Amino acid sequence: MTKQRILDLYFMDARFKLTEIAAFLDRVDRADGDEDFRIAAFREALKALDSGDPERAKNVLLTFSDPTEEPIPAATTKAACGTWPDRPAD
Amino acid sequence: MRYIEPHGHMVSRTTDDYKAMAIAGCKAICEPAFWAGFDRSSADGFCDYFRQLTEYEPRRAAMFGIDHYSWMCINPKESEDIKLADDVLAIIPEFIEKENVLGIGEIGLNKNSRNEITVLEKHIDLAAELNQLILVHTPHLEDKLKGTKLIVDIIRNDSRIEPGRVIIDHVEEHTIKIVKDAGMWAGMTLYPESKCSPNRAIDMLEVFGSDNIWMNAACDWGPSDPLAVPKTMQEMRRRGHTDEFIDKVAFGNPVRFMGQSPKFKLSDKS
Repeated sequence: MTKQRILDLYFMDARFKLTEIAAFLDRVDRADGDEDFRIAAFREALKALDSGDPERAKNVLLTFSDPTEEPIPAATTKAACGTWPDRPAD
Repeated sequence: MRYIEPHGHMVSRTTDDYKAMAIAGCKAICEPAFWAGFDRSSADGFCDYFRQLTEYEPRRAAMFGIDHYSWMCINPKESEDIKLADDVLAIIPEFIEKENVLGIGEIGLNKNSRNEITVLEKHIDLAAELNQLILVHTPHLEDKLKGTKLIVDIIRNDSRIEPGRVIIDHVEEHTIKIVKDAGMWAGMTLYPESKCSPNRAIDMLEVFGSDNIWMNAACDWGPSDPLAVPKTMQEMRRRGHTDEFIDKVAFGNPVRFMGQSPKFKLSDKS
């Protein structure tokens, strides 16, 4: 496919999703209370979008991932939360 | 166009879904054993579940001309209890004998804990002893990268297991290369929020090629779509992919992987 064909097929959908992300961030800003590690990771992941790196999707996922290699002693929860809670603060 | 759903949790879907899948061209559904959404209280609960997978679901599928196969295991979310896991592992061989059971799955990790690894290793040992195919669940979201690396290393370290008889499911952009470099099959799961979208799955096909890869809906009791595979096939057509390419990914590849079990025989290949 050419870039033109990709734009024809996907620009409107991507524009919609970008607007959703922007609206989400506006919503967070308007709300009271404290942020947490999730939004910090989200803001870090956003940098991958404008990086020029051709593996943006991979880099977004890596930003949210637990980079450690040792098993945890025991599972105290069943669910994942979307980003590694122990990511060092910037 | 024909297709195979290689990973569908039909115990949690209505019969309407079987009908819709048949209309969409589904020829076979393969159903790994998974978490019910709550922890089962004993191995007896698993025994009843395995009977549901091997007796009732095939009958429901057959009403619509769909072949049904299943996989056996105790899933990673219930693997913190080693005693329970041992009790369940003890009953698995009886079900592996059934004519519609393809192998051990979906084993894997959830939170990447020590007990989960112990139970994973016990399953791999059983698969090696019984010469079974292996279907692996990789963890969700932030746990997926670490879990995929752990799983691939554990399997690679067992020389009895042939990598080509292992499929690592739920790959995403940051894990697919790990799996393919290890010589194992990669499964892309078309599931909202926590896994892939159709477009990202097609992107991965275009970047990594169509060999040793399949796509699946993993439809279950959560918000999910049993028609995710045919919808992705339609998106592939929109991008200009040929019918031959689409058929290879959606039908040929699942047939090739699962055909490594002598039990996998399609009633209708058309």
